[in-house]
Amino acid sequence: MIALPTYETVKVGDALPELALPPLTRATLALYAGASGDHNPIHIDIDFARAAGMPDVFAHGMLSMAWLGRLLTNWTPQRNLREFSARFTAMTLVGERIVCTGRVAEKLERDGERLVRVTVATANEAGDIKVSGEALVALA
Amino acid sequence: MVDSSTVGLKFAPHSADVEAGRLRLFAKATGETRPEYLDDAAARAAGHPALPAPPTYAACLYLDIADPFAWLRELGVDIARILHATQAFRYIAPIYAGDRLTFSSRVANVFQKQGGAKTFIVKLTEVDNQHGVRVAEARATLVVRGG
Repeated sequence: MIALPTYETVKVGDALPELALPPLTRATLALYAGASGDHNPIHIDIDFARAAGMPDVFAHGMLSMAWLGRLLTNWTPQRNLREFSARFTAMTLVGERIVCTGRVAEKLERDGERLVRVTVATANEAGDIKVSGEALVALA
Repeated sequence: MVDSSTVGLKFAPHSADVEAGRLRLFAKATGETRPEYLDDAAARAAGHPALPAPPTYAACLYLDIADPFAWLRELGVDIARILHATQAFRYIAPIYAGDRLTFSSRVANVFQKQGGAKTFIVKLTEVDNQHGVRVAEARATLVVRGG
């Protein structure tokens, strides 16, 4: 059992335990489309994607953000999340093996609450960043 | 073509149910295996009244209407040309299976970059539960390729 992070114990620069995903499959994109309600065919229908000028389907940005959500809630209970944002900088492609990482960037107090700002990112095996983001987490 | 004259435009609010079965499917699709996100008893043991909706789930349910892209057509935008640029959440209260959420969205900003080659649309969505409690705010930025 890993001790939950507390405001006193975390240090700026601390890394969150990383989350490694299996290679992205088309089946996962289909499942995510159904589960999320995002049925935009550009993520699940290669004919539509090609007609739109893309070489293939690609992952929903929000699938990557959901993985980053898992990274965060593996580290601290979800109830501690105050803010969470992501910037989708590159497409996540079928077959890519994505790793999610996070790091404590700042400790701060706001409205009487002790918070840490965590920066997070997803990257493929080559280290190309696909999604970057940050979260504000309240720690006791 | 969408432009800044649409800032402030409000879309009709809609409501959607947070369903335990859909949360389990979402967990499967995102690789989540922890029991508190899959099993009602485990969720209760972890201190939740029911299965919790994971952090990005509120943004999914606002797509749960017959025609989730109607607002883009209303703005004259072709969905084949949009990309999701950024997404941000502010969390105010937890969301659980059994909740009924109401989504109220408006165009918060429209701006252009690269001399008009890309148009950015910022949509702000306020999420309230069945008790009238604001649970979250979601801010999505979409890019329209080719204007």
